[in-house]
Amino acid sequence: MNQARSNKVNTIQAVNMALDEAMALDPNVILLGEDIADEQEGGIVGVTKGLSAKHGKARVRSTPISEQAIVGAAIGAAMVGMRPVAEIMLMNFTTVAMDMIVNHAAKLRFMSGGQTQVPITIRTMTGAGFGTGGQHADYLEAWFAHTAGIKVVAPSSPAEAYGLMLSCIFDDDPCLFIENMPSYWNPGEAPVPGQRIPLGKARIVREGADVTLIAYSRILQDCAQVAERLAKEGIAVELVDLRTIAPLDEATLLQSVGKTRRAVVVHEAVRPFGVGAEIAAMLHERLFGRLKAPVQRVGAPHCPVPFSKPLEQAFLPQPSVIEAAIRQALA
Amino acid sequence: MTHRTEVDRRVLVDIYRRMALIQRSDERFRAVIKAGKIVAPYYSPRGQECIPAAVSVNLSDEDYVCTIYRGIHDMLAKGVPSKLLWAEIAGKATGTCKGKGGPMHITHPASGVMVTTGIVGSSMPIANGLALAAQIRGEKRVAVAYFGDGASNIGAFHESLNMAAVWKLPVVFVCQNNGYGEHTRYDIATSARRVSDRAAAYQMPGVTVDGNDPLAVYEAARAAIIRARDGDGPTLIEAMTFRFQGHVFGDADAYMAPGEKEAAMARDPVPRLRAWLVEGGVADSELAALEAAIEREIDEAVAFALDSPLPDVAELRRDVFAEELVA
Repeated sequence: MNQARSNKVNTIQAVNMALDEAMALDPNVILLGEDIADEQEGGIVGVTKGLSAKHGKARVRSTPISEQAIVGAAIGAAMVGMRPVAEIMLMNFTTVAMDMIVNHAAKLRFMSGGQTQVPITIRTMTGAGFGTGGQHADYLEAWFAHTAGIKVVAPSSPAEAYGLMLSCIFDDDPCLFIENMPSYWNPGEAPVPGQRIPLGKARIVREGADVTLIAYSRILQDCAQVAERLAKEGIAVELVDLRTIAPLDEATLLQSVGKTRRAVVVHEAVRPFGVGAEIAAMLHERLFGRLKAPVQRVGAPHCPVPFSKPLEQAFLPQPSVIEAAIRQALA
Repeated sequence: MTHRTEVDRRVLVDIYRRMALIQRSDERFRAVIKAGKIVAPYYSPRGQECIPAAVSVNLSDEDYVCTIYRGIHDMLAKGVPSKLLWAEIAGKATGTCKGKGGPMHITHPASGVMVTTGIVGSSMPIANGLALAAQIRGEKRVAVAYFGDGASNIGAFHESLNMAAVWKLPVVFVCQNNGYGEHTRYDIATSARRVSDRAAAYQMPGVTVDGNDPLAVYEAARAAIIRARDGDGPTLIEAMTFRFQGHVFGDADAYMAPGEKEAAMARDPVPRLRAWLVEGGVADSELAALEAAIEREIDEAVAFALDSPLPDVAELRRDVFAEELVA
């Protein structure tokens, strides 16, 4: 392995590093989830590999397939000062734990008048592209972003995953941390050890004066390539990585779009009632007189994630569609 | 009621004091709500006083309780101060939760009441987590989850019992079986002769006791709590009881068999324990003094609740997250 390659890590490794570091830093950090201990192979894709061997099975617990009990146990432990990271293997499985997440994790601080808090991180993975169909690849981030009291975080690269995961674990509020499965094995720059990325703060990935392109999670990489291609035509795209979907970093978005006066929002989740709709509405409300064109939204069609390859490809927003939306915004 | 002398008389008087506090608080809540002085949804625990009273004398402030919307008996028995409870039910800034939770979400960590949930079955998964923290830290704390018979049919019950048993968590599941889940009678909705029978499926002890018998509840709770503290795992206790005021205050009770409620009320556990204590040699004057102190406590709590200020609307921005939301 040459030097350049050894500086690359993938998201599986990056999340593992963050969990390992958090557990070493603070004995209150515990992991709960299906198959996460080494006896069960350290998670179905190996994100938690080696952690039970290193930190003990009391702190890295393989659980029954009981999502309500997993999130409930994390909530209870968090209320008395622990910092549990609960893995809900796939995002679709959060649906069977919605009572614990929405009615309890997100609301206990408020309903108790601030007497209790729920510093849990719920790790979950999802993403179309693997032919896993309608119940293993959904994008439900808008549901959670719509719920007051929970933070929603979606990293776009291994280094981002590392820094954001550390911040989620040590944040005093519940965080839903969404990992993209199809891009798990893609290498990226290694994170700087110990470097946390603040929550609620978007990142300007690339500066540009003509149009603001807003995205999060895996598709940000597609957006970066589109921006690079358009640069050759003289179109200067400003690319913004949301990092945290909720709470939304309105200030950074308003500053960027206030400058470019055009915007495109991109996500893999279905378009109607989505994160893009909220961002577009916010930009129109706040910048109506300054916008040169309506904000464009790119997202999946309003149907379940399909199985068959051509359907799945047509479901996922392709770079050509992102490019067309940018041209529309510039027209 | 079986006479057993090993339970100290002071413990029985303590159980009675908690029961009388619940009974009189409930009567006052209903009167105040009926008079329109407080507007709140109210699920009366009248008839179920004995269960949390006899459980709680085995617990300290260090031990945790998770309860449900019909839960003021559980809260008062565990020691939530009357003033703060009343102010919360009145929606006042001085309430346990600054008026932001209300009667279905009373929380008071100082007395160990960590969660009150309005969702059937949801006290149990969280109690497991409190117990898990105690287990990992090597503390001797115990978590008690209260719930009703209806909750034994929801998935959270089964997930929680299984997880608690497989991990030997220091938790006690206390089912207050009042015969009805909302308006539906137990046997119409539940395919188990007894809720406690379900414990066997999770390889944990399951016992059914007369929830109106303070000694029976006390002994069962004591054994379960000792077992939990010793690291031997969870217990399911089913305490048979009855709710005298139906599902929600104002309920017509038309779904009950004629005479059923009257028969249960004739076995009212509160005056029964009082009579038994006096018969056993406790001075009537001692109990009367205790009751007078309870009345004063409630008088003060009602006045405090009614006189307290309402919350500032800025509270909408606070406690959503640790950091206050921008106005």
